[in-house]
Amino acid sequence: MHEVKYIRPKSLADAVHIYRTTPGCRPLAGGTDLMVMLHARTLRPEPQAVLDLWSVAELKGIRGTKDMVEIGATESYTGIIGSKHVQQHLPALADAARTIGAAQIQNRGTLGGNLANASPAGDTLPVLLAYDVVVVTDRRSIPIDKFFTGYRKTALQADELITAVRFPLGREVAFRKVGTRAAQAISKIVMAVSRNPARIAIGSVAEVPLRARRAEAALERGDLEGTVLAVAEDIRPIDDVRSTAAYRRTVTQNVLRELLESAHRSPRT
Amino acid sequence: MRFTLNGRAVSFAGSGARRLLDVLREDLGATGTKEGCGEGECGACSVLIDGEVVDSCLIAVGQVEGREITTVEGLADGGRLTALQQAFIERGAAQCGICTPGMLLAAHVLLQGSRRLTADDVREGLAGNLCRCTGYTKIIDAVLSCTK
Repeated sequence: MHEVKYIRPKSLADAVHIYRTTPGCRPLAGGTDLMVMLHARTLRPEPQAVLDLWSVAELKGIRGTKDMVEIGATESYTGIIGSKHVQQHLPALADAARTIGAAQIQNRGTLGGNLANASPAGDTLPVLLAYDVVVVTDRRSIPIDKFFTGYRKTALQADELITAVRFPLGREVAFRKVGTRAAQAISKIVMAVSRNPARIAIGSVAEVPLRARRAEAALERGDLEGTVLAVAEDIRPIDDVRSTAAYRRTVTQNVLRELLESAHRSPRT
Repeated sequence: MRFTLNGRAVSFAGSGARRLLDVLREDLGATGTKEGCGEGECGACSVLIDGEVVDSCLIAVGQVEGREITTVEGLADGGRLTALQQAFIERGAAQCGICTPGMLLAAHVLLQGSRRLTADDVREGLAGNLCRCTGYTKIIDAVLSCTK
């Protein structure tokens, strides 16, 4: 049987070096996606080795400065939910993290994994788009609106590792996920909205986590009804096992209206 | 590589990319941990790593080197069941039994907190553990009977 090698790096520098020099190596964080695919042998090309980033101390932790919050690539959602920096400055991120799986998944899921996996249904990804985060890698900083390049494709180079995510401060974002049940469900649609600046980011409605640019332009003009109409033109939903295109279109408009109204009244509690 | 399983030092020689679930069941004979979906949805394979509940089907065994793993076999103290296990028996909280080990471990963590739990807390805390017999009411009753 095909045996995949397990590599535990000693440090971030060691991990970067190993990843650059080992052919067929896949980064492993909390394993909530990768371990399923590894076991089912659905990864192409099939990896020869996994590089365990979970144990790398430099990739953990949440740090606050006067103008940003930086979250390590393999910090868990449980760590994010419990962080004072996140509760104070990024409540929409905590809201999103609470909707991901249940305790078992929140203890292992990470922002780095959600980004690298780049599923259009990734629950934190619209939140990252609405906050205009910067994805920090071993060699550069990538603005989030340049990160998703196609279905499960990212701007990362083949040997590039995500190390952290930087959130600017001072933005109010509202979050909402619609799934089959409150816990443990993959989204039918997932949305994050900022009024000022206008950011409308939606998951599960296109091949990538999407910024709804036409709707944002209408919101920038203060035209709320126009924003709700325009979003239907921005999205490209499909029929799949979780929902239909028609349902997603209707729910996207309804959820957007609700988030715009709630953001108008007060931040979501 | 080495880790601690229910207080006992164990070692393992194969690839660290194997699932913790398989190493527990096949190599270490700890068959109390069950496989349900194998995709992190059902929680049947829940174990504790340093006291945190995880799905062992999603853990590469190399990731638990030096850590402390608790499986359902590690809950009872010798032959003496925990109050939670006793409550599961007395209140009929197990039907087919496949979800029970995972339910016990997730509920065990839940009961460690300092707060008195409500039924909603228990439902949320066990949201990652599915019971296909749908015997949830008695499971929730059993956990609530053990809260402070």
